[in-house]
Parts: sequence; C-alpha cells; structure tokens
Amino acid sequence: MELHFDYSGLYEFLYSVSSWLLWLVGRAFEFIGVDSDNFFYPVRQFLTDQQFVYFVALILVALIYLVAGLLFGIQFIWMERKFLGRFMDRRGTQVGFLGFFQNFADAFKVLLKAVIIPKDSDKRVYQFAIFGILAVSFMLLGLVPWDNNFYAVNVPLALLLGLAVFSLAPFTLILAGWSSNNKYTVIGGMRGAAQLIAYEIPILLVVVSAVVMTGTLNFAEMVAWQQNNVLLFIPLFIGAITFFIAGVAESERIPFDLPEAESELVEGWQTEYGSLGWGLIMAADYLRAYIVCVLFSIIFLGGWAGPDFIPGSVWLLTKAAIVFFFMVWLRAATVRIRTDQLLKFCWNRLLPLAVINLAIAVLIRVYSVGWW
Amino acid sequence: MTEMWVNMGPQHPFNHGLWNLRVKLDGEKVTDAEPVIGYLHRGWEKMVESRDYQQIIPMSDRLCYCSALTWSHVYVSAVENLMEVEVPERAQWIRVITIEIQRLASHLMWLAAVGTDLGSYTIFLYAMRERELFLDLLTNLTGARMTYNYMRIGGVRNDLPENFERDTLRACDLLEKRIKGEYYQLMDQNTPFRMRTIDTGVLSKEDAMNLGVTGPNMRGSGVDFDLRRDDPYEKYDEIDFEVCVEKEGDSFARYRVRMREMLVSCDIIRDAFKKIKEGPVRVKTPRNAPVGTAFAHVEDPRGESLMYVMGDGTNHPYRLKVRSPIFVTVSAAPKMCIGYKMADIPAIMGTVDMCVGETDR
Amino acid sequence: MTENTKMNEEQIAEAINNAFPDGITSIQVAPRRVFLTISKDILLKLCTTLKNELGFEHVSCVCGVDMKTHFQTVYHISSYSNKVVTEIVVDNISKDKPEVDSIAPLWGGANWHERETYDMYGIIFIGHPRLERLLMAEDFKFFPLRKDFDGGRRVA
Repeated sequence: MELHFDYSGLYEFLYSVSSWLLWLVGRAFEFIGVDSDNFFYPVRQFLTDQQFVYFVALILVALIYLVAGLLFGIQFIWMERKFLGRFMDRRGTQVGFLGFFQNFADAFKVLLKAVIIPKDSDKRVYQFAIFGILAVSFMLLGLVPWDNNFYAVNVPLALLLGLAVFSLAPFTLILAGWSSNNKYTVIGGMRGAAQLIAYEIPILLVVVSAVVMTGTLNFAEMVAWQQNNVLLFIPLFIGAITFFIAGVAESERIPFDLPEAESELVEGWQTEYGSLGWGLIMAADYLRAYIVCVLFSIIFLGGWAGPDFIPGSVWLLTKAAIVFFFMVWLRAATVRIRTDQLLKFCWNRLLPLAVINLAIAVLIRVYSVGWW
Repeated sequence: MTEMWVNMGPQHPFNHGLWNLRVKLDGEKVTDAEPVIGYLHRGWEKMVESRDYQQIIPMSDRLCYCSALTWSHVYVSAVENLMEVEVPERAQWIRVITIEIQRLASHLMWLAAVGTDLGSYTIFLYAMRERELFLDLLTNLTGARMTYNYMRIGGVRNDLPENFERDTLRACDLLEKRIKGEYYQLMDQNTPFRMRTIDTGVLSKEDAMNLGVTGPNMRGSGVDFDLRRDDPYEKYDEIDFEVCVEKEGDSFARYRVRMREMLVSCDIIRDAFKKIKEGPVRVKTPRNAPVGTAFAHVEDPRGESLMYVMGDGTNHPYRLKVRSPIFVTVSAAPKMCIGYKMADIPAIMGTVDMCVGETDR
Repeated sequence: MTENTKMNEEQIAEAINNAFPDGITSIQVAPRRVFLTISKDILLKLCTTLKNELGFEHVSCVCGVDMKTHFQTVYHISSYSNKVVTEIVVDNISKDKPEVDSIAPLWGGANWHERETYDMYGIIFIGHPRLERLLMAEDFKFFPLRKDFDGGRRVA
C-alpha cells in the first residue's frame, strides 16, 4: 500500500490516515512474526480490520472537533475579553501574547478546583445536564462545515438537523435547574427554557426564508447558491437582523442573559455548578455563541465564499469573528432586560419581522428570480 | 407554581454589603418583601460611649465606606453644636468643598453599583474611572483614599495643598463633560436602560414623606427639600444652587436626580473656590463637653444623616445616636418592591444606593 | 396636613404651648429649631397635632437615652414645608415599666427607629405594629445600650 492521502474532505483524509497507520501496524506484526498460527494473530486481524479503521477515523474526527471546538471557545472568550476591555476603556487580558494565554490559565484553574456536588441535588441528573448541554453544542459544531472539504458529516438536511439539535438545549437547562434543588436555579432554568423556546420561532422563520431563497437545506449548497447569485444578507436584510438578535438570545448573552442574570439569580441555572462542570458549561455557552456566528455567516454572508488567495475556512472564521464583534458591542452597550420585556420583544417585534422577511423571500422567489 | 420565599441575601450579588431581602415570589412577581438587617452591627453607639471625642472622628469615618467625610462632618458638627464652638470661615469653605467632592465620589460609586445591578460592566468601569479622579484629590488633601480622618472639632486637619484648586476644577470639568456626553448617551438614551428603570419601584410623594425616605430618593419622588438649602449649615447659605427634583418617583427619576446632583455639586465646588478666603482652618476646642444635648443634621449623599449627642461633662459622650438615611429607606423597601418583578429588585434597590455600614452601625 | 401659610418657629412654639397648657415641662426656641420637654402622657396627642395641624411630615430620628434613674426618648420631627425641626424629649420614663406611646402609626418612618430603640433599651412602644428585635439576634437576652450592660465583658 503506497502512501496516498485523500484530501477531498476531513473525514476522507482522516480515514486514509488511519488506514495507513493501521497498515503500518499490520506490517509491524508481520515483521515480528505474528502469522496465521500465532497466538496473537486475532489481535493483528482485529487491528487491521476495515471496521476498526472506520472506528479510529471516527475517533480522530471527534478528537479534532473537540479540540478545535474548545480552542474556538477559548479564542472567542479571548476576543470578548479584549473587545470588552477596549469598549470599557481598559486593556483586557494581559497574560502572554496579546493576553491570549489568560484563558488557558483560567481553564487550568477551573480544572484544578474541587468538585462539589450539592448534597440534596439529584446527582445523576445534575451531572447529566453538563453533558447534555455539551453534547448539544458539540453536535452542532460537528454539523457545521468550515469549508467545501472540511466537515465532519455532510448530511443533506444539515440545517434542519442543526435547528432540531439547537432546540434540545432548553431541556438541559430545565434539568440542570431542577436537579440542583435551589430556588435560583429553578427560576433560571424556567426562564432559560421560556426564552430559548420563544426565540427559536423567529430563527426558524428566518431560516425558512433563506431556504425558500436558495432551495436547499444543505450548507454547502447554500453557500454555492450565494456564490453564484448574491449574498443573502442583501435581499434578506430584515431577516439577518432578526436572526442576529434571536441568536444573541439563543446564546444567552447580555442583553438577553436572563437565565443567568447574576444580579438577581446569582448565576441562574448554573449557580450550583462548580469546578470543571462549570468550566465545560461556560465553554459550551461560548461554543453556542460561536455556532450562532458561524450559522449567521453561512446563511447570510456566504460562508467560505471569498477571493481564493485566502483559504475558505479562514474566510468563514473571519466572518464569524466579525459577527461576534457585534455581539460583544451589544454586550458593552446595553443592560440586561426583564423576562416579560424579553418575551414581549420576541412576540411583538421579532416575530412580525420574521414573517415580513419570509414574505419578502417568497415574493422575490416567485416574481423576480434572477433579477440580479 | 405556588408562592415561595426567596432569600436575596445576606450573600447575594445584588446587595452591596450584608443584608437580606426576603421576597415572596409568585412566579416572578414579588408579592411580599421583608428586609432583614443586622449582619454588620458593630455596636458603634455603644463603642463611642467609652471613647474620647477626638477618637470618635476616625470611627465615624468607618460608618460608610463610600462617604466617610460626610459622616465625620455630621459628627463634628454635632459636637461643635454641643461645645458651642465657632468654626473659622476658611474651614467652613474647605468643608463645603470636600463634602461636595465626597458627594461626587459617592454618587459615582452608586452609579457603578447600578451598572453592575443592571448587568452592564461598562457603566461600572466608567463610573469607577471617574471616581478615581476624586479619590485622588482627597488622597492629595488628606493622605488616605477612603477613610480620611480629616474633619476636626473646630475646623479641619490641614489647609488645602498646592494646586488643589486647579486639579479639582479640572476634574469637575472632565466629569461634567462625561456626564453630558458619554453617560447621557450610555444611559439616558439607552432603550434597555430606560426599559429597566422607568415605571419600576415607584414611590409616591406621600409614601416617601411618611416613610421617612430622605435625600435623592425623596427628591426623586417629587419632594422639593434639601437640607443644604432649607436648613443651611457651613457656608451653603452663601451659595446659590439648584435642588434637583423629579416627579415620577421611579428608579429612573432617582437616577436622574443623582446625575443632576453631580452637575450641581461641580457648580458648588466652582462657586466655593471663588468665595473662599485666607484664614485659619482650625480653632482650639475644649477637651470636655458641657452637660447638655445637641444635634446636627446634614445632607448626606444618601439622605438626611443626623447625630444626637449628649454630653455629661467628661471627655466622652454620654449618648451618641446616629440617624442613618439608608436605615429608614430600607424599611421602605417593601413599599417599593411589592408588585414588581423579581428582576426589578436590583434596579430598585440599586438606585436607592444601599450602604450597610451606616445602616447597621 | 399641608398649610398654605408658612409658620416660623415662634408661631409653632406658641401654637404648641396654647394647645397643651399642661404636660410641657420646658419649651425653647432657636432659629429653625423648637426644643420641647414633655411628659409621656401627651406625646401621642402632641404628635397628632404636629402632623395634622402644624405640617410636620417627617420623623428624622427616634432615640432612647438611659439616664440611669430613668429613660428618655428623644424625637426629632421636622417639617418640610415650614423648614423647622422640633426636638421632643419625653422625660421620666420609669425603668420598672418602660412604656411609651408609639408614633409609628402616624409616621411610617418611625417604625424601625422605635424597633431599634426597643432592641437597644427595652422600651416598649405601645401600639407599634411589630415590636421585635431588629439589629440584634432574635434570641439575644439583653438590652445592650443600657448603662448597666457591660459591653467589655461577655455575659452568660
């Protein structure tokens, strides 16, 4: 077997890497004389089996996404700290190059803290909720491609699946809030669930309008459509604004961070979490913000479309960072609003806007396709 | 969901200091509230009964960490009334200036706290940045950053340092520019900020007067009364200044009153520097107070602070009673909180400007 | 309660003196101040007059004093419209039966001051809506600001 890697996609690439590695292992077994009558022959057979190659490739994909996801979470935290620092007339983090290593220091600090589980909490649910919220975030991360070739899975209905996964988050919030057995967490969990469910509706409507425009539920085809025609940001301007605001609410950030409003609910549904559990929840939070930014750039800003001298994934991440900059700006400039105002804002403002946006999309599609 | 009692305190991010607001919640709506204080009770009034009159000055600084000078000022005023000491004119002017600087610092601290209560660290850091200007001024004057030990019975400890006037006026100009520019855009014109503060925590004029709420909180409810104007002490009768009154009585009105008061304080400082004259800053005072009683009340940044002192001929007071403005305002907290959402409580109690050090004493 | 004509401290002192010929031990007037010493029987009536007829809207302070042989309670009641502060000293409250009428039903601002005075001196305010410990713990057995309470040593 010659050394030949398949560069057509992340998964294909990793599959060829793992099959090459396991071929090497097989040759090593052969070299030390493990053949058909040897005691260790089943081990050799198992290691070089096709199924095992798939398995190793999957593990590699998951690892890469885990590491990349956490790194991006940390990078977004760094961006937020730096931007917020500048907005607030201070310098922001200072450790390491441009303060980038402060987050690693914080992550290690959180990692080393003692794990304290409340005595009267429902311990299994309490611990499951961490992994629930993590799973939601990482599943979304896996669904979102970075490039035409760089993705974990490429399912035809990726957008629909992604939104379905997104709507799992309220359950984990309620689980976390309820199992902690604390009044603040219960209120926080309830608020979180109400908020996420309410704000999913405008997001769905806006996404439907994008689907109407492009005629596909697949991210790659959506980007290709925008490359061929126009960035959806231009015809669906109202929808883009609505999606952005609803996305800020979905990722629970100021001014919509009611579930964890620290001045009234201590830390909302996360109050009873500490140590690594809290650290993972925090990372998952930022990951959700990151995913909202990436979704925004894919749906409205053409994703990885851009001049060729810069790789597509870099384009995507740059666009996501720009979107995130606006999120941080919003955080620096506003105060937290109240639950009833939040829901009123959703039903009275965002929902009509989303419907109008859908109507615009349908009208454009029906009457003047290809006017650009 | 059935109604439940939630303890907001004594360790809770919304209360600045140790106190507890027990609220009864029906969903998110507050149906009952009960403030619980006493976590920071140090027995101040008992302690001072065994101290010299001079020794009490630094202790009165510790009543409130945000406005130490006004508290030592009300103490020395009460004792001066008891001893019938005439304070030199220059000392009175210096007291006016330093108290107004302290008021600015205290109001900025309040603004910072409101910022965090409403979830905006930008407001917090901006206000703290400006507060540092005035703390630097007071450091230059007294040598300490928060508890100054500057007031003396019969005057002040030392004269103004070199260039103090220039620095103070510069700081006031900068603050005025920021209040009219940055702060106005960041808060008055900020829709979420207005949504959170307008029509929450409404305290009617009658309730404010009856419940003994004083100071900016009362003026936010439309009562036109300021001890600096209506019962003048030191040299306030020679200064013409505006008393800021807002009619609405909600959190936003309290916020507006304090912001306008900061501008007025800047004007008072400018005016005082024009009228100040050379002269001594301190007179000799007797060590022992005569038998008798006296009281003094001044306009603290938080309201009317009063001290009632009873002397028995020795060098320590027989009885020294402190009337803290926030002590009474906290008792009005249920009136302000009931009927609003739980999320309004930080906005309401934040704009009231809690200080537990003087509440519990 | 609200009067159009403003009264100065002389007129207020005169009005009080006319309304309560007996019960007032001494009355002094200073600029913007009226100092009264009264017996405890007329306190509530005097305060009702102050509030309803003389335009005193605000209780600044209620405070107790331990005079070793007896207690005093001192009230600082001020008027926003007339800009006058009245200091009322209720003298000779016996130590065996420390009871005085509560003015909290008139002015809500006196509520916590009276609670604190009860907390510190054990003076019972008759008619107070809720006379409980405020600053000290609920199971605290002593009245710490009394002169016979030794603050320097831990008791029991």
